[in-house]
Amino acid sequence: MICREDNAGDVVLEARSLHCERDERLLFEALDFSLHRGGVLKVEGPNGCGKTTLLRFLAGLSERCDGQLYWQGEPASSRRWEMAYDSLYLGHDAGVKLALTATENLAWCCALWQRPPRMAMDDALAAVGLQGYEDVPAQSLSAGQRRRIALARLYLSAACLWILDEPFTAIDKQGVINLEARILEHAQGGGAVVITTHHALNLETGLRTIRLGQLGTVYA
Amino acid sequence: MNAQTAGAFSATLRRDLLIALRRRGDMLNPITFFLIVAALFPLGIGPIPQNLAMIAPGVVWVVALLASLLSTDMMFRGDYDDGSLEQLVRSPASLYLTALAKVLVHWLVTGLPLSLIAPLVGELLYLPTSAMAALVLSLLPGTLFLSMVGGIGAALTVGLRKGGILLSLLILPLYVPVLVFGTAAVDAAAAELAFHVPMLVLSALAILSTTLAPLAIAASLRIALDH
Repeated sequence: MICREDNAGDVVLEARSLHCERDERLLFEALDFSLHRGGVLKVEGPNGCGKTTLLRFLAGLSERCDGQLYWQGEPASSRRWEMAYDSLYLGHDAGVKLALTATENLAWCCALWQRPPRMAMDDALAAVGLQGYEDVPAQSLSAGQRRRIALARLYLSAACLWILDEPFTAIDKQGVINLEARILEHAQGGGAVVITTHHALNLETGLRTIRLGQLGTVYA
Repeated sequence: MNAQTAGAFSATLRRDLLIALRRRGDMLNPITFFLIVAALFPLGIGPIPQNLAMIAPGVVWVVALLASLLSTDMMFRGDYDDGSLEQLVRSPASLYLTALAKVLVHWLVTGLPLSLIAPLVGELLYLPTSAMAALVLSLLPGTLFLSMVGGIGAALTVGLRKGGILLSLLILPLYVPVLVFGTAAVDAAAAELAFHVPMLVLSALAILSTTLAPLAIAASLRIALDH
């Protein structure tokens, strides 16, 4: 059961017959999908249905799923470095060090990727509403502001694939609107996004949904 | 090594040093522990210089080892808890080098200062002056080995909520050779004998652990994150 998008483009990520079992419980099986440039794939489902497990597998952090994964047409296992270089993962924990300032946090992430950022760090922080907080240690910021430091990477990174696990947690309404606009902009610029969220995503085009659940996997 | 991995290595080194500097309390814990425990020995054993001088090499080494162990559990814990370990592990930068950077920072903020203040503790325990140089020289590579091997244990147990006891059980047996050769070097110097043989063994252990431990740490971190 393979879902194909009508507008053919470069396939960024393709999964064939993914299967995941945890603690002797089947989370999903026979999961196929392909993600093209310009596509946004939303993974839905009730709590505990394996959304995070799937995203961690796609991000290369977990080996707990069986099945084949292809990165731009090649088996992902032989393209690990390229995949890590050209993708961005934001998990439940934002990866923000409380002892460091927003700028220092982002500088470390940029240094790990060693890739020219899309814009200046101050501009990215301004884009997520953190202008004036560049040099404040993250521990004196609110939960939402800490999350925004991590989200500033969405403005900095030139990575093609975004893997976002609940990116809207602790973000206010205006922040969610800005983030949706950024996701749309990324997709229209030829990027691809895999996202889990309990929000209703306001994207006009390119959005597809996978629903994971106890009763098997449903495609919408 | 290309510019890419070198950049990630130095960025991680700088970042962790900065965090250690901002959290001076955590950084001073092992050093305070070292000084306090060593200062208890003259009180417990009695201030007879001969007795203290006899046990001094062993005491300084054991206390330094425990002080280093005290902070080992925290090597990757903070990064694991706040999610930055995920970013580190899945970044295209070589995990071997970034893990090496993290362990080197652990040594720079524990092993190095412990080695440098050890003569103070030696003085407190009437360690002969002839042994002071050997004490510092043996602790420098010795504590580097402790950090490297401790890093393997810390990486293996980082995913466990209460990894502290398990960590000690895992790595204390591996600390034994360094303790034996470290005290042997100081003992020999205290007796005004040559101590280059244990020093060579300690240096070899330090070099071996620095090259091989990051491999094990990188593999352990990947396993720890796959929960």
